[in-house]
Amino acid sequence: MSQSIEERLFTIRYKADDVSHLIIKSQDECLACETKECNYFCPSDVYLWHDQESMTSVAYENCIECGTCRLGCPTYNIEWVYPKGGYGITYKFG
Amino acid sequence: MADERFDAVVVGAGPAGSAAAYTMAKAGLKVALIERGEFPGAKNIFGGVIYRRQLEDLIPEFWKEAPLERTVVQQSMWVLGEESAVMLGHHNQRYKDPPNCWTGLRVKFDQWFAGKAEQAGAVPIYETVVTQILRDGERVVGVKTDRDDGELYADIVILADGVNSLLGKQLGIHHEWGPDEVSLAVKEVIALPRQTIQDRFNLEGDEGCTIEIVGQTCQMAGLGFLYTNQDTISLGVGVMVSDLKKARVKPYAVLDGLKQHPMIRKLIRGGEVKEYSGHLIPEGGFNSMPKLAGDGWMVVGDAAQMVNAVHREGTNLAVTSGRLAGETAIEAHKVGHFGVGALDAYTRKIRESIIHKDLKKYRGVHQLLGFGDSSLLFDKMPQALNDAIYNMLLVDGMPKKEKQKKVMRYFREAAGGNAELVRLGMKGWRAMNG
Ligand SMILES: Cc1cc2nc3c(=O)[nH]c(=O)nc-3n(C[C@H](O)[C@H](O)[C@H](O)COP(=O)(O)OP(=O)(O)OC[C@H]3O[C@@H](n4cnc5c(N)ncnc54)[C@H](O)[C@@H]3O)c2cc1C
Ligand code: SF4
Ligand code: SF4
Repeated sequence: MSQSIEERLFTIRYKADDVSHLIIKSQDECLACETKECNYFCPSDVYLWHDQESMTSVAYENCIECGTCRLGCPTYNIEWVYPKGGYGITYKFG
Repeated sequence: MADERFDAVVVGAGPAGSAAAYTMAKAGLKVALIERGEFPGAKNIFGGVIYRRQLEDLIPEFWKEAPLERTVVQQSMWVLGEESAVMLGHHNQRYKDPPNCWTGLRVKFDQWFAGKAEQAGAVPIYETVVTQILRDGERVVGVKTDRDDGELYADIVILADGVNSLLGKQLGIHHEWGPDEVSLAVKEVIALPRQTIQDRFNLEGDEGCTIEIVGQTCQMAGLGFLYTNQDTISLGVGVMVSDLKKARVKPYAVLDGLKQHPMIRKLIRGGEVKEYSGHLIPEGGFNSMPKLAGDGWMVVGDAAQMVNAVHREGTNLAVTSGRLAGETAIEAHKVGHFGVGALDAYTRKIRESIIHKDLKKYRGVHQLLGFGDSSLLFDKMPQALNDAIYNMLLVDGMPKKEKQKKVMRYFREAAGGNAELVRLGMKGWRAMNG
């Protein structure tokens, strides 16, 4: 009964803003980052490092607003605020 | 909402905020309850077990009207090995009357609880994020929201903004939780027919059960949980973020591991995943509690790390702290003083309450977990326990005395020698009885 992350996120109702509430402060910091651990610990696969472009992409529309990346990034390289009032996730069960 | 002035503004409509708002509104204070979600509960998840005591102090016999799932009559702890489990549990019909605790779901529960505060007169301001604390010198005088003209002024601001508490940081009562002060939990709500749940878990009618799970968390410090609702099961796992950072595993992969364990797979077979979710849990406990009150402000619930991780109690501490802050606000309004001198009464009340006593008792646990090697406590020991019991119960012609020796060897080897085993035992004892 294992599901892909896409299937999982499909169970949540999102209302995405057109601007991201998550901002990478410095892509140079990401380039220098040895662990790139945001690529693993995020429960909704928001962050992905792209070798060719040398950058971390941020799929903020998928964010479930847990807060892990804000305190998990070793250099605190992620500026983290809540989506605007009424935006972001809405759970059905909770 | 430009020129409105309130006796108190509460930020966050989780259990802590709703308890505070309800307490104050009932006493006639003019209260605003602000929540960033589309409705209270929209952003919130928990295991979850709701306890009778504490909430009952606020709303007598609340269970006759609150949206609860099942009355818990059976609680177990499962220590998992790779393809095995050691189970310890207690079933008792006496937990029904008076009821001890229930399973629940936050979307319904939080809406109900905030609704009680609204009925008592609190002004709901939802779909609104508080972005800033307004100050006049040292004194907190209100909040700024992301609405147009979104400034609200009040004599007292109560921060009930949960574990992420960006506002606590703004106030400067803490910088940022360390990765070893929080766990990340992911959870699924899995639908199964009501009757199937009752048959699989040996339950009748509204009876429910809870299972806490140790082991099989990819060597990280963490706990799994499986709770029965009316026609769904809540299954989840929380792991310490400091361990998660090192492990380089996806949080949902840990959950998938549990779902495939033979003990759990059979319980959820045929179920449909209705919702995936994730949330942080404060784990720092006593040692991480920040300053609780100051000039014009108080902080309650998860925002102040008030969770007893050992007994998975958070909502009840949130409710109690919210009520105590509310009562302090009422007294402050009687005398018309809102400075730290008046509001520090809340800090004293917390110190005298069960929150402080329980969190203090377990303050060593955090160090025990943060200390060194999580794989020992959360992987090697659970596996050793399973291997030991397996051998004890295996009839293979080995004399019992020899068996006992062999069993001890499992623990010794897991701990890394006799001395280490004793040291671990002592540390564990002190942590739980500190
Ligand atoms: C997976 C998991 C399992 C748990 N299991 C249990 C259990 O079985 N039993 C138990 O008792 N406890 C359990 N807990 C703990 C319990 O859920 C929390 O301790 C409790 O919810 C804390 O209540 P709170 O009101 O302080 O915070 P929250 O419930 O987090 O509420 C905070 C509210 O503030 C809002 N908010 C935050 N910032 C802002 C802002 N700037 N502006 C406007 N609104 C804002 C949020 O949207 C939220 O609604 C569990 C927690 C988790 C994550
Ligand atoms: S962990 Fe932080 S610094 Fe490293 S790649 Fe991710 S965002 Fe960049
Ligand atoms: S808040 Fe949580 S879900 Fe959102 S990007 Fe950060 S880690 Fe991922």
